[in-house]
Amino acid sequence: MNFRLRIWRQRDAKFRGKLVKYEVREISPDTSFLEMLDILNENLLRAGEEPVAFDSDCREGICGTCSLTVNGEAHGPDHPGAVCELYMRKFRDGETITIEPFRVGSFPIVKDLVVDRSALDRIVQAGGFISARAGSAPEANSILIPKHDADLAMEAAACIGCGACAAACPNGSAMLFAAAKVSHLSSLPQGGPERERRVLKMVRAMDAEKFGNCTNTYECEAVCPAKISASFIAKLNREYASAQFRQRLGE
Amino acid sequence: MIGTLDPKIPPGPLDQKWRNHQDHSRLVNPNNRRKLEIIVVGSGLAGGSAAATLGELGYRVKCFCFQDSPRRAHSIAAQGGINAAKNYQNDGDSVYRLFYDTIKGGDFRSREANVYRLAEIANNIIDQCVAQGVPFAREYSGYLANRSFGGAQVSRTFYARGQTGQQLLLGCYQALCRQVASGTVGMFPYTEMLDLVIVNGQAKGIVTRNLRSGKMERHAADAVVLASGGYGNVFYLSTNARGSNVTATYRAYKRGALFANPSFTQIHPTCIPVSGDYQSKLTLMSESLRNDGRVWVPKRKEDRVKPPSEIPEGERDYYLERKYPSYGNLAPRDISSRAAKEVCDEGRGVGPGGRGVYLDFADSIKRLGVETIRERYGNLFEVYKKITGEDAYKMPMRIYPAVHYTMGGLWVDYDLMSNVPGLFVIGEANFSDHGANRLGASALMQGLVDGYFVLPNTLPNYLAGQMGKRPSPESAEFKQAEQSVRARLEKLLKVNGTRSADSFHRELGLLLWDKCGMSRNEQGLREALRKIPELRAEFWRDVRVPGDEEDYNQSLERAGRVADFLEFAELMCIDALERDESAGAHFREEHQTSDGEALRDDESNAAVFAWEFQGDGQPPKLYREQLHFETAHLAQRSYK
Repeated sequence: MNFRLRIWRQRDAKFRGKLVKYEVREISPDTSFLEMLDILNENLLRAGEEPVAFDSDCREGICGTCSLTVNGEAHGPDHPGAVCELYMRKFRDGETITIEPFRVGSFPIVKDLVVDRSALDRIVQAGGFISARAGSAPEANSILIPKHDADLAMEAAACIGCGACAAACPNGSAMLFAAAKVSHLSSLPQGGPERERRVLKMVRAMDAEKFGNCTNTYECEAVCPAKISASFIAKLNREYASAQFRQRLGE
Repeated sequence: MIGTLDPKIPPGPLDQKWRNHQDHSRLVNPNNRRKLEIIVVGSGLAGGSAAATLGELGYRVKCFCFQDSPRRAHSIAAQGGINAAKNYQNDGDSVYRLFYDTIKGGDFRSREANVYRLAEIANNIIDQCVAQGVPFAREYSGYLANRSFGGAQVSRTFYARGQTGQQLLLGCYQALCRQVASGTVGMFPYTEMLDLVIVNGQAKGIVTRNLRSGKMERHAADAVVLASGGYGNVFYLSTNARGSNVTATYRAYKRGALFANPSFTQIHPTCIPVSGDYQSKLTLMSESLRNDGRVWVPKRKEDRVKPPSEIPEGERDYYLERKYPSYGNLAPRDISSRAAKEVCDEGRGVGPGGRGVYLDFADSIKRLGVETIRERYGNLFEVYKKITGEDAYKMPMRIYPAVHYTMGGLWVDYDLMSNVPGLFVIGEANFSDHGANRLGASALMQGLVDGYFVLPNTLPNYLAGQMGKRPSPESAEFKQAEQSVRARLEKLLKVNGTRSADSFHRELGLLLWDKCGMSRNEQGLREALRKIPELRAEFWRDVRVPGDEEDYNQSLERAGRVADFLEFAELMCIDALERDESAGAHFREEHQTSDGEALRDDESNAAVFAWEFQGDGQPPKLYREQLHFETAHLAQRSYK
């Protein structure tokens, strides 16, 4: 298969970027999208040009490193799945493919297709954890957790932290990301003691990082490679409202 | 002359060694802890849990990872589960049995005392992870669920769907985030360690490069912990992440740390077969699939091109069930992998290129219903479909072995300290617990045991004598190390040849897979030892690394790692040649039983081989640590 590519090139955050045209030829349909970019980079290198910078690591959809917008969609057309799980058989021969980084104000561009997503780490640092010191834990089976709750926690915990939710959101909101962590931990009894502090702090951190607000467009859910349900955002809102209410009562 | 090594195993009966050791180890009081700085390289299960726990204890920790966030370390990709001898199933499990299974699974090439401690602490790990909110699978009663795994006859594996590594790592990452927020841990993402700094014979710091700005930095500390993972990517194609590399441990080796058993590399039996030469990595299908999937190939060569549904039951060879009736499809990894290679070598392999075997779920779907199978393995079936375009609910999967894990690593004593005082090595980066073959669901166990419980208890033994001895990063040793790193990067950029680093890496991988892969022989290894230096010379003549040093330069990153792989590969082959026996994953064709199983030579090779760097172009010096089996009886491994 042959493809025409339009790829975002940008030297660093300070320089202006632009779309640059490239071509790749004789690509097998079983090639993954990122392997197609590897082939392009190999060609560029041989021609004495600078290869395109893009992020990837595990290349099996779990580490959340890859972060491309393909033809306007975060992670490309094959949902649910990260762009490393996208295969060229999903495209038409001869198609023009536009490749851009995730576009979110809170994810500054580092170079070409690479963005800085450290804002997501800072949201978790604000409170996305259960404080359990090594050595203090009780016997594992002394905490019984109904299967339904454990399954629900697992569904939320499956988030790979790629940030596609924010990239797809017209408001640049990271609500799905934060909601997944809040829901995971508040569905479990171990998460109980820090439940209110956690949600208040994480939402505040999200605002401080200048992520937008949720207006229920569901774009996040549509592109999420881990199939995180937007209903967790409703849970986040309930948790937040209740925590805030209780905090006010306490004041 | 061959040197010897003292692993400093504490005295006393096996089951009391760890307790006794803790009772008599030195401690650092809480006020002094905040005066001590510890560097942790790597943020996976071992590094992440160590950094978080040391931070919580009050030490000042700096944690480095090359990924853009510690949550992306490759531990995240582990699928199947984590072992612990809780005996929740009442099926006869015990700490002793987990210890024995691990020693036997490793083909009697690991250290008894370390393995016993691993089995003992594994139970605390499950408690710890549950307390952190890891959503392990549960039964309807609310109790924890277990599944069985290769190399064991009990169900002792805890799991979170097919994403156990992800959930355990996120538990660790969250604990780490808490410490970052509280100021005890400084996190350095997208930063690569490029050299170890030794001052007065002790590991006292590292030289790093910020991958995004290209800036070099010198970091001094009171101790250095390497948790940088395995070197499976030396084969180019492996199930490891693209970025996984040997650089941190190899640089430590070049600074004097011993590299133990580098040839012990695990080939995982259940991966999606190679489809073309553009491929950048191989994808694992969790071994847990072998619980409900049956492995087979056609009995007759001619049938290999027929659709599997057209091959009747009687024409199929369920070769694992046939050869290993008591373990069947759950035979250990090395044995299953070789068995797959063998049937494919006979010309009975299926799929393109004939390098594949079927993993068939039809019987399980009939017995348990499609919903149960979906519940257990749904995400794996989806991954398989994405990559191959085939539906494994309707037709069998095709699988083939691929490089997955490396048992070898830097040599460490019982305290997990290398021969260089102050340099500790944990997780996959050390050699310690898995001998010549690792059992499934044991890597996660080891990473967390090392990080949460062992290291935090053994590190003070060293640190107690180190108060006030931290050198300045301005000292001569640091400057010299930075100089040599700079010189090497400049050398890479100056070659300005015609080929990419990747193309050399691919060539090296093919050579190693062929000569030092699933089976090895003297002739092949000697050939590899002739070709690797040639390829390395070619690399330094003809590699092209565009861009410059003070910039975000992914080509330079990769070239540096490939350069290290090109040296390290030679060490692997030297070790494989020196180990003149078969043991676990190290199968020397010259040494096999009449029915083709690995034949150990306990008389002369019940030992760890650890190598010391002697200078570029010089053969490394061999040290041997004799292994003593006081509790487990040396026996020919049988899974029949």
